[in-house]
Amino acid sequence: MEHGSSWLQTSLVYLGAAVLAVPLARLLGLGSIIGYLAAGIVIGPWGLKLVTDPATILHFAEFGVVLMLFLVGLELEPKRLWAMRRPIFGWGSVQMIGCTALILGTGLAFGAEGRLALVAGLGLALSSTAIGLGVLNERNLMATGSGQSVLSVALLQDIAAIPILALLPLLAVSTAGAAEAGSGWWGAAKAVGVVAVIVLGGRIALRPALRWIARSDTPEIFTAASLLLVVATAALMESVGLSMALGAFLAGVLLAESEYRRELETDLEPFKGLLLGLFFMAVGMSIDFAVVLARPGLVAAIVVGFLLLKTLVLLAMAHFMPVPLAERPVFVLLLAQGGEFGFVVFQAAAQAGVIAGESASLLVAAVALSMLLTPLLLVLIDRWIAPRLARHGGAAKPAEISEPQQAPIIIAGFGRYGQIIGRLLYANGLSATVLEHDADQVETVRRFGWRVFYGDATRLDLLRTAGAAEARVLVLAIDDVDQSVAVARLVREHFPRLQVVARARNVTHYYRLHELGIELIERETLDSALMSARNVLELMGWQRHAARNQALRFRRHSIELMRRMAPHFGDEQKLIALSRQGREQLEAQWAAERAEQRQRHDREGWQTPADSN
Amino acid sequence: MPDIVVLVAHPQQEHSSVNRALQQAVQRQGLARVDLRDLYALYPDYLVDVAAEQAALAEAQLVVWQQPIHWYGMPPLLKLWLDEVFSFGWAYGPEGNRLRGKDLWLVASTGGAAESYRPEGYNRYFFDAFLPPYEQTAALAGMRFLPPLLLHGAHRVGDAELAAHAELYVQRLASYPDWPEIAELEACAPCEVPVDARPAD
Repeated sequence: MEHGSSWLQTSLVYLGAAVLAVPLARLLGLGSIIGYLAAGIVIGPWGLKLVTDPATILHFAEFGVVLMLFLVGLELEPKRLWAMRRPIFGWGSVQMIGCTALILGTGLAFGAEGRLALVAGLGLALSSTAIGLGVLNERNLMATGSGQSVLSVALLQDIAAIPILALLPLLAVSTAGAAEAGSGWWGAAKAVGVVAVIVLGGRIALRPALRWIARSDTPEIFTAASLLLVVATAALMESVGLSMALGAFLAGVLLAESEYRRELETDLEPFKGLLLGLFFMAVGMSIDFAVVLARPGLVAAIVVGFLLLKTLVLLAMAHFMPVPLAERPVFVLLLAQGGEFGFVVFQAAAQAGVIAGESASLLVAAVALSMLLTPLLLVLIDRWIAPRLARHGGAAKPAEISEPQQAPIIIAGFGRYGQIIGRLLYANGLSATVLEHDADQVETVRRFGWRVFYGDATRLDLLRTAGAAEARVLVLAIDDVDQSVAVARLVREHFPRLQVVARARNVTHYYRLHELGIELIERETLDSALMSARNVLELMGWQRHAARNQALRFRRHSIELMRRMAPHFGDEQKLIALSRQGREQLEAQWAAERAEQRQRHDREGWQTPADSN
Repeated sequence: MPDIVVLVAHPQQEHSSVNRALQQAVQRQGLARVDLRDLYALYPDYLVDVAAEQAALAEAQLVVWQQPIHWYGMPPLLKLWLDEVFSFGWAYGPEGNRLRGKDLWLVASTGGAAESYRPEGYNRYFFDAFLPPYEQTAALAGMRFLPPLLLHGAHRVGDAELAAHAELYVQRLASYPDWPEIAELEACAPCEVPVDARPAD
């Protein structure tokens, strides 16, 4: 009973703190990560003392990072990962070695002990994957040059953490090194074996297994299976001393091409979000303010020092990497901060006796402070540095939509599709607020005299600024399927009165929008393909007007068929059967019509006089 | 089961005062026996669903054409509807008897005032002179052509007069077929068509 009530109490504290702090932080424009960190500080041992053991929570919440890397892996097909091998191993190594060397050198120059300086260099060179990828996701930067660069470096750090942790005991006492060499070989063999099991198992066994589970038609069991998959991979990796997150990432990549990618994503997304939140709270809690308060000057010097040193390395790297000028501050900051793996490195080093416990506390505090500083510095960058860079560098991002708009129509996505809609609307004297996520596209259409706002329609705050609460129609013309569906979901949830007119890239996209209750959806290629079909019919001798009628009749048929098939979305067999049946019906019906027309043409006059009486 | 089909055909509903008022009056009344089909809303692309239209007519006893008179005839979509729905072998010709015995009622408005439809007026003919195509269309399909309900000078009609007109329209729909004017009508005589008279396609 006591156990139960303590569990309830803990949940109450965490959930309550998160629910209060995160919306507050967002309201202040600070982002959700700061909200979680602040909540952690408030409920932690140095705040209200509601939670006194942040280490256990931190360990548990690390699973959020594991889940996040699994989801990142899901977005990355093996082919694309293979294409990234150069930035991962090349630039990742440059960052790791460069930062470690610079911090080691500086430490030595300030008279630190060699071992301490090396451990500090290795630990501080690592960056927080959780915050880095979290920020990239929040800002929809994952697919950009800077996003991919951050991901490459973060992946190498995850790989590098393994030899670093293996290397630490060797630093401690030289005699222990020889004894562990044998087990090191054995450990390496086991590690290779486990990775092989994951890769082979993922290729051969996972998809049939998931298919079998999906056939049971029990959604919660599929969710359980998704979680089990990640937990099992993580456990396997941990058992041989490899990074859990790296294993989950591998499993994700292996499933990136499977048909269950979407389902896995939607099932795991909420777990990831909550656990990551918990993780950030745990980071906030684990900042040991006693250490900070005892030697505030030293801690500040370490934080500022290592951030500056890493910034030097990263700025030099950004110069040669595909990172646009305006995205560079974010790229540098996300990789300059310390990371959760640093905690592990310092704790392990202290346990192995490589560094003193007090030094470890100092370094952990410095890392945690840098993680707390990152989201705050990000706000500074957004307010002051990025706009300035935007003014200097021509290719920089334009300013986001910030003034509230009142037009009755919002057009999200102003590429080839949205522009046609916009032009017709403007020509009819209607005004529309146009949101476009691609900075280059914004620049281009602005040169043609269009008033276009730069902004990501998948962000609720920007939709609200664009006037979604009062507008009557949202034209959803975004070409990215996932973003389009995300906006549709957001609008259905938060602006149910806003009517959505949507563009569908393909049939799957159509059904995903249809599932959300959107009715006015046009498949983007249907009408132009029908116009081409008309041209062919005309060339084959059809009268132009007859060709038009047949094209429009086919259109009606196609739309009716889509409607009929909609309830069976996901059941491929049934969809194929229905579509074949529909095609055969149409062909038979039109063949009958042609036969009747021929017959009628051959007939001389009214042939059934008896009947007409 | 509706036994009256009202086909509304106005290409510029937003400029219409009379036809919109009449349509709204019918909708307000909510008569279960009326199937109101706004052709310009149903077929904005001028692609008439012939099967659906013929099915709608199958159970009807009274077919109403509610339209403004444009260039002394019907608006183009109603004419297209007529061309395609009243098809050979269905509405006329061999076995073309699906409309036989039903009633056709024209409910029309004209822009010109009643006085203009006189030999001395700018329309030069009495309005009756423009009706034969309608009457003969009904006759060929074996339908009885009921006395039309007309409203002249649609642009200058007052609110009270329009309301009274709509009232009469709705009342007639509700009371069909118990109309005083129907009692005086002769029974519908089917049109005899010679066997060798093949109609133009």
